[in-house]
This record gives sequence, C-alpha cells and structure tokens, in this order.
Amino acid sequence: MPVNPELVGREFPPTAPYLVGREKVREFARAVFADDPQHIDPTAAQALGYTDVVAPPTFAIVVTDATLQQLLAEPDSGIVLQNVLHAEQKFRYTRPIVAGDELTATLSVTGIRAMGGNAMVTSDSEIRDAEGEHVVTATSILLVGEGDA
Amino acid sequence: MTAPSTGSGASTRPGTAVLAVGDVVAERTVHLTRESLVRYAGASGDFNPIHYRDDVAAAVGLPGVLAHGMLTMGLAIGTIQSWLGDAGRILEYGVRFTKPVVVDPETGADVTVVAKVGAVDDESARIDLTVSHNGTTVLVKAQVRVRTG
Repeated sequence: MPVNPELVGREFPPTAPYLVGREKVREFARAVFADDPQHIDPTAAQALGYTDVVAPPTFAIVVTDATLQQLLAEPDSGIVLQNVLHAEQKFRYTRPIVAGDELTATLSVTGIRAMGGNAMVTSDSEIRDAEGEHVVTATSILLVGEGDA
Repeated sequence: MTAPSTGSGASTRPGTAVLAVGDVVAERTVHLTRESLVRYAGASGDFNPIHYRDDVAAAVGLPGVLAHGMLTMGLAIGTIQSWLGDAGRILEYGVRFTKPVVVDPETGADVTVVAKVGAVDDESARIDLTVSHNGTTVLVKAQVRVRTG
C-alpha cells in the first residue's frame, strides 16, 4: 500500500490563524459563480443577521488546504503529490464562515483503506473560530496511487 | 454563464411551505472557460497545473485541462443559494468526484445543475444535485442537507 498505515489516528498541530477578508470572500464567490447577494453585499448579509459578507459553503476548503499540505509534507506518509486524486469531499457546518472570522484548522487522519494497489485516505479537518467554537468540519477522501516522485 | 432559471418548486422556500420529494427547487447551466479555471486557481490557491496547462495534463495522461473538482462542487451548491436564502440553513454538503470536466481552450465546457428535493423530515430536507457535463454525471451523491425548521 502506497501510504504508511501508522498515519491513522495521527493529529496535527492547528494551522496558523486564517483571517477571512471581505474582498477574499467576494473573489471566491465570483470564482464559484455564487451570485447570491449575501456573499457580495454586506447589507444583504446583515439583513440575515451576519456581521459581514457570508462565504460560499465550499470556501472552507481554502482553510482546509493548509492541513492537507501538512499531511502531504509528513516525511513518513509515503504520499507523493502527483499520485493524489481528490475522491470525496464533505462539509458539516455549525455556522457559515463570515468575513472577519479568524479560523484555525486541525487535521486528523481517521482511516486508511487499501483498494487494489491504491489507498483511500480519510481525514477530518476541524475548523474553529478565534473563540474556539466549532465552525465547520471538512472530511476529505484522497485516493493515493503508487509511484515515486 | 446563463442566468439561473428557477424550477417548478421555486416559490416554495424551505421553512415556508411543504417540500415534496422530487420537486425541482433550482437549476442552471454554468459555462466554464479557461479563464474560469485560472480565476478559481487564484481565488482558492489550488495551482495544480493540470487545471491550466495542456502540456502537463497530457503528460499525466489526462484527456485535457480539467476543471477543479472543488470548482464544480462550489458552483453546484451555488445553484440553490438564492432559493435557500440564509447560508446558515446548510447543515452538510458532500460529493463524490467521479468524472472529470474537460475544459476546451476554445469552446469551454457547460456544467448543468438540477437541484431536487430528495428527502424531507420534520426539521431538514435533503437536496440532491444532479451535476452533468455533456450528458455525463460528473459528481455523484451530491447531497445538501438543509435546515427547514
């Protein structure tokens, strides 16, 4: 199997805080064709009870990315980037991400399953705000193939 | 991108009316170009060259430059946002990436999203997204659980 099975259960240190900016939310919204005003117009977001523009739901992947980089950089992981395919993605939300949030993500590898010569690696990235409250958990399943860099 | 068109159940917002399984709540077709992919790369930080370089895509055996899976996932849920209203109603969103979306340098690619009510209980509903390109389903089990109460 192309992945070190001892990664299961390993938890990584929280990522450096990510400060969500209003223009970043707008830029991301435009990139994913999220044209609802709550993503773009602070007044529309405030009418829904938010302090500033609301990030589209998949914006959580931007914060998660730093944790996946930790996993790929782990010296004993066995994972070679060019052999990695994103197979599944799921988000579980306590609340949406809003401009002004300062977020940290903590990764844990929850499962590795052999599939032919490949491995399916499941990880949870738990995203919390500056008060330590849960915002969203991103569960990623990566299909990792064999081969050297 | 064409303007979002609304489906038969578009006037029934979650929490304000009874949702029936099978109701189409929203649908649209988004036209992706290479510019869309570069824009998403910049907004998300995912600079994997298979999403903008034909030579790299060919070298790793792909049929062409591909849209980011997370771009497809993002534009898919954006289809229901205006119907849904508050993004805080979204409890879970998950997809499996099954088929790639090849984006032609001259003609681009159309991605069509149809959002239907898949299941309803007292407090939430499952919205099933059918996401296709050239008649082929590109995301499977694309499901959003939304709070209706």
